[in-house]
Amino acid sequence: MDLPPITNGFELVYEKPLTLTETPMHYCPGCAHGVVHRVLMEVVEEMGIQDKTIGVAPVGCSVFAYNYMNIDMQEAAHGRATAVATGIKRVLPDRYVFSYQGDGDLAAIGTAETIHTANRGENILMVFINNGVYGMTGGQMAPTTLLGMKTTTTPYGREVRLAGHPLKITNLVAQLPGAYYVTRQAAHTATAVRKLKKAVRVSFEYQRVNKGTCFIEVVANCPSGWKMTPLESNKWLEENMFPFYPLGDLKLPSQTN
Amino acid sequence: MEEKSEVRLMKGNEALAEAAFRAGMQGYFGYPITPQSEIIEYLMAEQPNHPNCIILQAESELAAINMIYGASGAGARVMISSSGPGISLMQEGISYMSSAQLPCVVVNVQRGGPGLGTIQPSQGDYFQATKGGGHGDYHLIVLAPASVQEMADFVFDAFRLSEKYRNPAMILTDGALGQMMEKLMLPPAGSLPYPEKPWATTGKTRDRERNIITSLFIEPESMEEVNKILQEKYRQIEKNEVRFESIAVEDADILLVAFGLASRICQKALQLARERGLRVGLLRPITLYPFPVEAIAAIASRVGAVLDVEMNAGQMVEDVRLAVEGRCPVHFKGRMGGMIPSPEDVLQAIEAVVEKQNVEI
Repeated sequence: MDLPPITNGFELVYEKPLTLTETPMHYCPGCAHGVVHRVLMEVVEEMGIQDKTIGVAPVGCSVFAYNYMNIDMQEAAHGRATAVATGIKRVLPDRYVFSYQGDGDLAAIGTAETIHTANRGENILMVFINNGVYGMTGGQMAPTTLLGMKTTTTPYGREVRLAGHPLKITNLVAQLPGAYYVTRQAAHTATAVRKLKKAVRVSFEYQRVNKGTCFIEVVANCPSGWKMTPLESNKWLEENMFPFYPLGDLKLPSQTN
Repeated sequence: MEEKSEVRLMKGNEALAEAAFRAGMQGYFGYPITPQSEIIEYLMAEQPNHPNCIILQAESELAAINMIYGASGAGARVMISSSGPGISLMQEGISYMSSAQLPCVVVNVQRGGPGLGTIQPSQGDYFQATKGGGHGDYHLIVLAPASVQEMADFVFDAFRLSEKYRNPAMILTDGALGQMMEKLMLPPAGSLPYPEKPWATTGKTRDRERNIITSLFIEPESMEEVNKILQEKYRQIEKNEVRFESIAVEDADILLVAFGLASRICQKALQLARERGLRVGLLRPITLYPFPVEAIAAIASRVGAVLDVEMNAGQMVEDVRLAVEGRCPVHFKGRMGGMIPSPEDVLQAIEAVVEKQNVEI
């Protein structure tokens, strides 16, 4: 007996974009990576630019991003995603190019590439996932780890005396003339996801007309690295991360010279 | 723009840069370092005549080699150049490119080391160039020019080989060859066709699966498979691409082995030795990897001694000994740290071999 599809009689309002593959994601329960991947790929599908989009994956938890995004992608060495993206964009200037990096990749080992890519005003989108911890290697300190925050390499909490201050690299990037649009977003609620998607959409629109570097920080949770349940981590995100990394636009096109 | 072959007087670095345009280079990403900065300077100055080629000065050698990775992965014909300290910084990227099987040409205009070293010419990077250089089991295809003419010609060969085998190729030269001026015949532009690159990340169209450029194979079974593919490729390269030059080896009692600038010096030493009645021959490996093992072995079985001459503490001599396999004694003469042996130094070394070994002349 053929059963009718269970969606019969319902209006289809939500489905997986064709720009995501069928591969099950390896991310931990509650992790923001899957949501951000999806938002990026939804925008690529909605703009009809799958055949023109090339992504660059980092080293970190999202090292396997290319397994999930159904687009041409390159896997970069640790910290070098925006250099790789620069190479791609410079020889294929009519393509949409984005890099996708975590805090260790973008704001520690890759700081020079981050700053200089934005300073050259490369026409790419840089997506920066900031969860204040090294997830893939097991929860070590990141450049963005908050003061007092415990990680496996700051077991008594991050201290200025030993480890310096958490780095607000997005604020640095916003100072650079080559950066056209710089914003700090989140992905922990439906409202936040809608705002994030809008930011991704306008970034690709700006890239279409060669406006310069667009930079989206996503302040995110890391339940495993923070040793919390997903719900606890979202609460901790709001109570501790957002006050230090306030959400909102850091640079809008109207502020660009 | 179709240029014809033309005779010019140029510096080695400039000849190499001009040849890169003529070889259809589509991207160069670099960072200045003596003694090779003329390459990026020449490319920048001439770029307006080659609007389809991007020339970019990166913020570091690290960034530059990763821009090369990205551009090569996107299908472009790309080149990068540096010298010792900068080449060391690039090793991570070169290892990644070898694993991801990305073609590119890396030019090392060697200077004396280790460390920051000196800006004078050296051949101290032979091990780094021929044995891999970065982490993991891999090889570059390594070409060693010995004249300004070859500085230009080998750009074509290096692009061709790197694209044929999807493997980085290195032109291993030195500060003297980069800085000296010689007459050369510049090859015509447009003579090197672009191969199809169906693996490149140019944007996933409906008619194909997505292309992924990666060197990450987390399952050891997959990583071993990739290694097998690489090793099979190296065996093909060893079988098909060995190049060397031999001079006066037919009647030689002593065989000189030298590459690059040292081989030029040995040519003069050979002349001086022959004038004194010493039957000396010279074998110059042109490809340092693949190494001319069989050619050296064949000559070693009919000479009394081999004298290896290098501008280092003795690096290629290890490969020479492996090729000779005890068929005759192998001697070494070298200068280090940016010092260049004179033909007379080499002649003395030849005479010392004759005396020490009582080679029959």
